[in-house]
Amino acid sequence: MKWKDLFTSSVGKKWVMALTGVFLILFLIVHAGINACIWANDGGVMFNKVAHFMGSTIVIRILEVGLFLGFLIHIFQGLILEFQNRKKRKTGYAVKISIKESTWYSRSMGLLGTLILLFLILHWKHFWVPSRFTGIPYPEVILESGKKIHNLYALMQSTFSELWVVIVYVLGCISLFWHLLHGFQSAFRTLGVSHPGYLKIIQRIGFIYSFIICLAFAMMPVSMYLGWVK
Amino acid sequence: MEHYVMNLTLKVWRQKNTNDKGRFETYHVKNISSEMSFLEMFDVLNEQLIQEGKDPIAFDHDCREGICGMCSMVINGRPHGPWHRNTTCQLHMRAFRDGDVIVVEPFRANAFPVIKDLVVDRSAFDRIIQAGGYISVNTGSAVDANAIPVEKDKADAAFAAAACIGCGACVAACKNSSAMLFVSAKVAHLGLLPQGQPERKTRVLNMVAQMDKEGFGACTNTGACEAVCPKGISIDYIARLNRDYMMAALSSPE
Ligand code: SF4
Ligand code: FES
Repeated sequence: MKWKDLFTSSVGKKWVMALTGVFLILFLIVHAGINACIWANDGGVMFNKVAHFMGSTIVIRILEVGLFLGFLIHIFQGLILEFQNRKKRKTGYAVKISIKESTWYSRSMGLLGTLILLFLILHWKHFWVPSRFTGIPYPEVILESGKKIHNLYALMQSTFSELWVVIVYVLGCISLFWHLLHGFQSAFRTLGVSHPGYLKIIQRIGFIYSFIICLAFAMMPVSMYLGWVK
Repeated sequence: MEHYVMNLTLKVWRQKNTNDKGRFETYHVKNISSEMSFLEMFDVLNEQLIQEGKDPIAFDHDCREGICGMCSMVINGRPHGPWHRNTTCQLHMRAFRDGDVIVVEPFRANAFPVIKDLVVDRSAFDRIIQAGGYISVNTGSAVDANAIPVEKDKADAAFAAAACIGCGACVAACKNSSAMLFVSAKVAHLGLLPQGQPERKTRVLNMVAQMDKEGFGACTNTGACEAVCPKGISIDYIARLNRDYMMAALSSPE
């Protein structure tokens, strides 16, 4: 076989989805950890500092490129797979196939992924574009050391003062929960874990992970909207 | 179990040949015994059609005891019908009640074109097996069966995989029309045994390549296949295939 076949074969495509998926799963932990600093309830000082650190070192800048690639590959490969797979049954069934043993969310990864993508576009427009390119429309914060840093916290507060934004974000987190619930354990199956004992543990960890991450993310806009953090 | 008779309405897919567009026809059958198998009920219906001078419904069957994998049909939205771990030929009419409407369709996948009515062409599976489902054996007098020791757990796992009858229900049930469960069973069946080691790497690479060439979709681990598999092949074999494939691909000499 040619080395390229690895990426064009059906199994190779699964590997690409799984590897980028695991990478994004790890990223979400970092992302949620940083954002959780808003709950320090110190007017965003800690959060702004950490967010500044994440944008200031060259190592993280390089990682950011990797992250962006990870997102792109996962999204494109996922969409391509979804469309290719759909085409494999030109004539459909008259009675919809109903198999209750297979979970609805495992069969809806394309749909859930698309919902997450729509949410992401809005999310990038809200935060990533202003902080990287167009600038944040709030005065910079001056630290004790005299250093000036972006006030990302103020941007978060103003973004989450609108109810519809909060609702969209919560819906995005719900889609993410179902996507992760299947994706987490599916990734490990693709990476070759076949021992039933490990698979059971992975499934549990996957549930806990998806629940905590998505709840944490969903609570951020909610707590800002309701004024739980100042 | 109590015996009873029933009258049923059947909506069956009729298609003259591969190029025909096909449509559903409605039939009524009377006095069907709860003891009959689903295929026997079809036999009754076909007798009726022949007497009326009509074309009988074409459906695949051979052993009628759940071991050949020929009896492919989707009954009310489930390949092989409502019973768990069961083939259509082993589905009995006691699964239904008087007055039921039963919709019967062929397995649907581009890789399984309809030949006539409920009969589909599953020779794609044969070509996948030809691509790697074999082991090399020296010609000459038969080797002693017990000459190569096989660990019990490996033998059991290989046997469980070998139970796959190649019926294609996994493909029919899968939203991606993927043949991964079938291929993973075949790869594991030989790959777990010492006799299957020489071709272990080429087998998985070639069988997956053939599977892709035949136009089956890519697996997304939904587990629908495992649920309808009459032989209870576990999707854990798919995870095993994924691992075997990657090991083989990364160490492939060319
Ligand atoms: S894996 Fe199961 S459903 Fe698929 S072909 Fe084999 S026996 Fe049939
Ligand atoms: S006819 Fe052989 S398995 Fe059903």
